[in-house]
Amino acid sequence: MANIKELSRRPECLAAGHRLCGGCGASICVRQVLMGVPDDVYPIVGSATGCLEVSTTIAPYNSWKVPFIHNAFENAAATMSGVEAAFKGLRRAGKIPADKKMKFIAFGGDGGTYDIGLQSLSGAMERGHDIVYVCYDNGAYMNTGIQRSSATPKGAWATTSEVGVAQQGKPQVRKDLASIIAAHGVPYVAQSTVGHWKDLVAKAEKAIAVDGPAFINVMAPCPRGWRIGSDETLDICRLAVNTKFWPLFEVENGVWKLTPVKEKNLRPLEDFLRPQGRFKHLFRSGNEALLDEMKADVAAYWAYLEGRVEGSKGL
Amino acid sequence: MSTEIKAFSATGNQMVAEAMRQAEPDVMAAYPITPQTTIVESFAKFVADGRVHTEYVTVESEHSALSACVGASAAGARVATATASQGLALMWEELHITAGMRLPIVMANANRALAAPINIHCDHSDIMGARDTGWIIMFAETAQEAYDNTVVSFKVAEDARVQLPVLTTLDGFTTSHAMERCEMEDDDTVRAFVGDYVAAHPLLDTDNPVGCGSYALGDCYMKTHLACRRANTGALSVIEEYGKAWEAICGRPFNVVDTWGTEDADYVVVVLGSAAGNARHIARELCAQGRRVGVVRPKVFRPFPAAAVAAACKTAKAVAVMDRSDSIGAAHGPLGAEVISALHEAGLTMPVKNYIFGLGGQDLTNELMTSIFDTLEDVAAGTASPALSYLGFEE
Repeated sequence: MANIKELSRRPECLAAGHRLCGGCGASICVRQVLMGVPDDVYPIVGSATGCLEVSTTIAPYNSWKVPFIHNAFENAAATMSGVEAAFKGLRRAGKIPADKKMKFIAFGGDGGTYDIGLQSLSGAMERGHDIVYVCYDNGAYMNTGIQRSSATPKGAWATTSEVGVAQQGKPQVRKDLASIIAAHGVPYVAQSTVGHWKDLVAKAEKAIAVDGPAFINVMAPCPRGWRIGSDETLDICRLAVNTKFWPLFEVENGVWKLTPVKEKNLRPLEDFLRPQGRFKHLFRSGNEALLDEMKADVAAYWAYLEGRVEGSKGL
Repeated sequence: MSTEIKAFSATGNQMVAEAMRQAEPDVMAAYPITPQTTIVESFAKFVADGRVHTEYVTVESEHSALSACVGASAAGARVATATASQGLALMWEELHITAGMRLPIVMANANRALAAPINIHCDHSDIMGARDTGWIIMFAETAQEAYDNTVVSFKVAEDARVQLPVLTTLDGFTTSHAMERCEMEDDDTVRAFVGDYVAAHPLLDTDNPVGCGSYALGDCYMKTHLACRRANTGALSVIEEYGKAWEAICGRPFNVVDTWGTEDADYVVVVLGSAAGNARHIARELCAQGRRVGVVRPKVFRPFPAAAVAAACKTAKAVAVMDRSDSIGAAHGPLGAEVISALHEAGLTMPVKNYIFGLGGQDLTNELMTSIFDTLEDVAAGTASPALSYLGFEE
């Protein structure tokens, strides 16, 4: 992988001056992922409807320095399937030179990916298009005002999973989307965060190098929705990883690799939850059992991943 | 004009598939649904046999079918697809997006009823759901016309004056599956007519990056719609131009409004698609008995050829409009409302009777068809009759 000096010289695909909030994880995610595009490859970018799209394409302005397409909310993967199919069809017709390299990269939030876009994503992955699909996962429908999605963590407050006498935030666990996509048997699946630039750029490079479909799930905090300061985006990602709440892993041709958390970095789950306003009710008396349940979920998911690593050894 | 006409028997769906093969899209993304299925099956065989260079995307739903077509068309490809009924309904969101993004996709629709109750047979409930989306919409009466309309559709959609998607429709089963005598031109003739598609601002032009599908507010949004309306309305003369050019090549007449016996008709029926054959059959019999009746069949529904329809009705003492779908809650069916508006604009004030007929494949019998002309005589003579009736179920 290129070092940070070399990365800093790579062309910026997303111009400054877009209208995303300060500290937004989405634009950091886009910039880091697109740093993984080699010099001889042209990136063609697509986005689902969401914060990223509405904040970067307000006509007559456009923040994208590379070809960009938005279609609708649930169909970024289907749309990019079509773009990639056009590339193949036009190349077969001799209208695009045979040696021209393009990569089709789709971005969608968790609402557009885990929920409404899951069918479209599954179809694109199954068909084997040469697409990298990146989910910038901020754990709720942030564009419409912090409604819960299937990516919202258990116990988190959202405007449609409220906190009151009868309910303490979202009752259900997060959907494990990375495993679902891995089950499609695609060549590359990974999970990372915008707070781990080295990890994310390396995974983006691998995903882009793959001939076929790849998927990366990227924790991309939303300061507004998580109720954190706009200067805390990257720190909270590191806490997510160091509490094992958000494991860094990849699945390369069916082989699972889990990035261990060094003993000296390991932190209790509370360290990730406490700085975030969306979890503040968990620390009220009476919610101890819920907090314990969440800790058990985190441990169980880590054990599950270790099992996948063990089970895929030597594949 | 062809020197040698080779006739053969084929279904409407086969003819649509052949027209699409000859136009050779760069991408087809499609999902099977009755009664469209044999179009996408035929095309899949063309792909497997290496007869087209088309990248064929076998998507997991109709929503993704049109979504992928949008991506492909924006990328700069010639794009075709086909659907019907629930499939077209599932595409509804994308229909607006396709037209708003001015993407010249050609889509065949085998017109079929919408659930509930679920029903696989012909009516126009599905296609009328697309009438306000910005797409150009053509109705074929026969398998032959489904072929001709599809060939012309590519030319119209991709013309710089239009740049809009086209729905080339044929009636489910009646036209999509029935065998008819057909003719087709050779591949070179069609390819020369349709020409090469060169997109003005393709997404895959990496030297000149473009942004597609932007967020637009206020006047940008209004201007986009106005441009779309003007392009759609203006497409009527482009359809006529290319229709006549195609007529000169193949020798088969191409009129945006097909008329029979309307020069001096006292009673006129306006109808879309395959049912025009039933109407003409009865009209011929009645004319043989000395009655003066005519049939008007708009081949193009969007843009609506209002002036030509009104002109074809001008001698009538009463007009019947036969709708094969309903606009529940409105005073008239979709075609009824168009025709009444066209007559009003032309200053024609004869009484108009609107029928809803043939929903879910319900038969249009000779007796029912005759009863329409009889009722028109009564209405012209001053007998009161409801403005809209379900044919065969209401007076």
